[in-house]
Amino acid sequence: MRVAVVTFPGSNCDYDCYRAAREVLDADTYYVWHRQHDLLKPDLVILPGGFSYGDYLRAGAIARFSPIMREVMEFAAAGGLILGICNGFQVLCEAGLLPGALVRNASLQFRGEDVFMRVENATTIFTTAYAPGQVLRVPIAHGEGNFVADVDTLAALDDTGQVVFRYVDAAGDATPEANPNGSMLNIAGIVNGGGNVLGLMPHPERAVDALLGSTDGRGVFESIKSAIAGIAR
Amino acid sequence: MEFEVEVRITPRPGLLDPQGNAVANALRSLDFPGVGDVRVGRLVRLSLAADSADAAREETDRMCRKLLANPVIEDFDIRVRAAAPAGES
Repeated sequence: MRVAVVTFPGSNCDYDCYRAAREVLDADTYYVWHRQHDLLKPDLVILPGGFSYGDYLRAGAIARFSPIMREVMEFAAAGGLILGICNGFQVLCEAGLLPGALVRNASLQFRGEDVFMRVENATTIFTTAYAPGQVLRVPIAHGEGNFVADVDTLAALDDTGQVVFRYVDAAGDATPEANPNGSMLNIAGIVNGGGNVLGLMPHPERAVDALLGSTDGRGVFESIKSAIAGIAR
Repeated sequence: MEFEVEVRITPRPGLLDPQGNAVANALRSLDFPGVGDVRVGRLVRLSLAADSADAAREETDRMCRKLLANPVIEDFDIRVRAAAPAGES
């Protein structure tokens, strides 16, 4: 299995993703600099967290036009698996690979803490290792993670199972208090209509080892591993 | 011809604007009780060479749709005027 971690100027979770891909996926993992033009035939592309281009203009707005993004768009269109975490999620929305947008947290505060999120759809390529409704503890670290979309888009996402993760409290209830950024419908992560592109604000790659305080993020990588093994067979 | 273009980018109506709300609350606490709704946007000023004011406007419109604004969350408004000739201010 081959995993490409795309790095932009200002990416800062690239090594976490690299390590998670190597340790959990046991994949041949490599970085692809944003100016390159070749993804080098990966099975999975990860767009990591960070502050690409200093979040100038809007988070992800400039990274979205990086040279490598043309290949990322083609890879997505061909059904390739893409995982966008935090800033990577913002880039995917700006690129139109995922619907909606991520705006300033309703609190106006940067939030760096552990949150709980519930697996809303355990049938996606990225979530089969989880039980439906399973509550995960994962870290967040963002100032602009407030997911917004128009009413029709929101309803369509909700109706078709594209809402993959939702912020909840420890008991698993999607309350306003459990929502760290004001996201509509407590949305923490969504998948595209094709099911091959996942974006989420929380950091599963920072929750893959007991040493990090939680192993609840491993399931995302384990799910991907099973899916790719299935394709290869 | 050289044009000076201003693009005003504002959060779409109905969309929560946390920055605007925070500014509104701050203004009220500074004893400006009449302050109602506040929206905080962005101003982009650029100089642009184009054949006509219409062409400048059309090109800026494409810039907005592609990069300067995100139509999911923002509206934009374009103003175009001929740049002052060199030597004048």
